[in-house]
Amino acid sequence: MPNSTPSNVTNDDIIIIENCSKSFGEVVALSDINLRIRRGEVCFIFGPSGGGKSTLLRCINHLETIDSGRIVVDGIQLTEAKETIDQVRAEVGMVFQLFHLFPHLKVLENITLAQRVVRGRSKEEATEVALALLDRVGIPEKADVFPNQLSGGQMQRVAIARALAMNPRIMLFDEPTSALDAEMIQEVLDVMLDLAREGITMVVVSHEMGFAKAAADRMVFLSEGKIVEIGITSELFNNPKEARTKEFLDQILT
Amino acid sequence: MAVTTEVERKRPGMLPWVGDLSRLPWWIVVVAIVGGAAIFAIVTNRHWEAAYEFTKTGIRFTIILSITSFAIALVIGLLAGLGQLSSNMVFRNLSMLYVQVIRGIPIIVQLYFVAFVITPVAINLLNDLGGNMRLLIPLAGLGGALSRIHIRDIDMLYRAIAALTIAYGAFEAEVFRAGIESIQRGQMEAARSLGMSHLQAMRYIILPQAIRVVLPPLGNDFISMLKDSSLASILAIRELTHVGQLHRARTFRSWESLGVVAILYLVLTLSLSFLVKRMERRLAFAK
Ligand SMILES: Nc1ncnc2c1ncn2[C@@H]1O[C@H](COP(=O)(O)OP(=O)(O)OP(=O)(O)O)[C@@H](O)[C@H]1O
Ligand SMILES: [Mg+2]
Repeated sequence: MPNSTPSNVTNDDIIIIENCSKSFGEVVALSDINLRIRRGEVCFIFGPSGGGKSTLLRCINHLETIDSGRIVVDGIQLTEAKETIDQVRAEVGMVFQLFHLFPHLKVLENITLAQRVVRGRSKEEATEVALALLDRVGIPEKADVFPNQLSGGQMQRVAIARALAMNPRIMLFDEPTSALDAEMIQEVLDVMLDLAREGITMVVVSHEMGFAKAAADRMVFLSEGKIVEIGITSELFNNPKEARTKEFLDQILT
Repeated sequence: MAVTTEVERKRPGMLPWVGDLSRLPWWIVVVAIVGGAAIFAIVTNRHWEAAYEFTKTGIRFTIILSITSFAIALVIGLLAGLGQLSSNMVFRNLSMLYVQVIRGIPIIVQLYFVAFVITPVAINLLNDLGGNMRLLIPLAGLGGALSRIHIRDIDMLYRAIAALTIAYGAFEAEVFRAGIESIQRGQMEAARSLGMSHLQAMRYIILPQAIRVVLPPLGNDFISMLKDSSLASILAIRELTHVGQLHRARTFRSWESLGVVAILYLVLTLSLSFLVKRMERRLAFAK
């Protein structure tokens, strides 16, 4: 039976967040966050808008700098030093709500560029990896088109392939389906479900409770910069301990 | 339904009796007529012909001045534009200082300044440096050469190029800055999250996109440069304006001299702006 506070398995915690706080001027986005994510875990983060979900994800790969506290990713402590930041980013793939594909590059080049300039792979090797990934996300025929010729769902699948091409140990998803039309959400969730089955560590910010039920090991309810509740998916769904969690779940599930 | 469309179709012209003629680009017709008349005058009238033959020698210098200055200004502009966005406080402030100060001084004053203040001061410094270096045996040769440079040796053409370059570098810095800022923040973040360094993200992601944004304004600035190169006439460089003035002073034929100068500028600027418009359209489709 997995424990909801897994402090006894420290050596297998791939992300360690300790006492982290972050403010933007007057606005407190994160206050004293403690969270440990185990290797291979799928961690689902949800909560009201402005609760700090994006900020938390962005701190994990240092797109935001924390004001205080400590973040260790796969044994590497995040500090201001450029090398450690680049080291961590290479281990962590990120998928954004608005995809952020590179519009001036074809789909294939979107996926090969970082492999070549960051990982130093040859053009042939990078292309091979990219084509295999496009196949995996179900759009092998789109290699030679520009992103603006894709549907939203296809764009997000390319963005996932682009991140996976770096062989990350961790994937961060920031509301990957929120900008999609209803009929495209499932195709992206299917790709994510596949990933979850393969055992890659995933931190997913989303409102897709169906995905959480199907794939998440634990769920984190984040509100006003604080972790209100954290628990095993089935337990948190069926009997949330905090009134606020229950209220939010009731709202979202009806 | 058909009636309303008919009415709406005529409205833009405001002159119903002209009908579809109101849609013609009349200004081009006027330009063509004036151009035709000028060519006719140059071919048939010896005063116009003389003005043209004398003045056309200035085109070469106008083009040399504009292209050289603009090319170097692009490099300076890109550096200063990146500098303004740099997180390095020294680069940022130096770039800001350069852009703000230079943009606040008329180009004609800058031309005088570079030609008659900065050049002599720089040469004097080089002379002093050379004099001191001559005392050091290994540097004696170079020192001697430096100490013999004379202010006179620095051609006015070079001084004019330096001044125009400095002036336009500041304009282009603003163009590049705006171009880079127009690229969504998410592009940089996506690149960084893939492990690219800031420099790699700039080179492979931000700049290639920014170039498309800045090409049309750069084209327009080159047209401005072509016109502003006429200011170099104050340094007696034999570019179009200066040569036209010489012809006028010599022959007292103001109408012909200045008419030819104006038309030659128009030929250059209008053809360039035609190219810029085409480029704009092509880039718009590419998006
Ligand atoms: N770059 C920023 N500058 C200023 N304030 C910011 C910035 N980023 C986030 N914030 C603020 O920090 C708080 C947390 O924002 P965050 O984006 O992390 O919330 P979120 O949970 O992701 O919300 P949403 O569901 O709307 O995406 C909000 O009040 C937000 O306005
Ligand atoms: Mg968010």
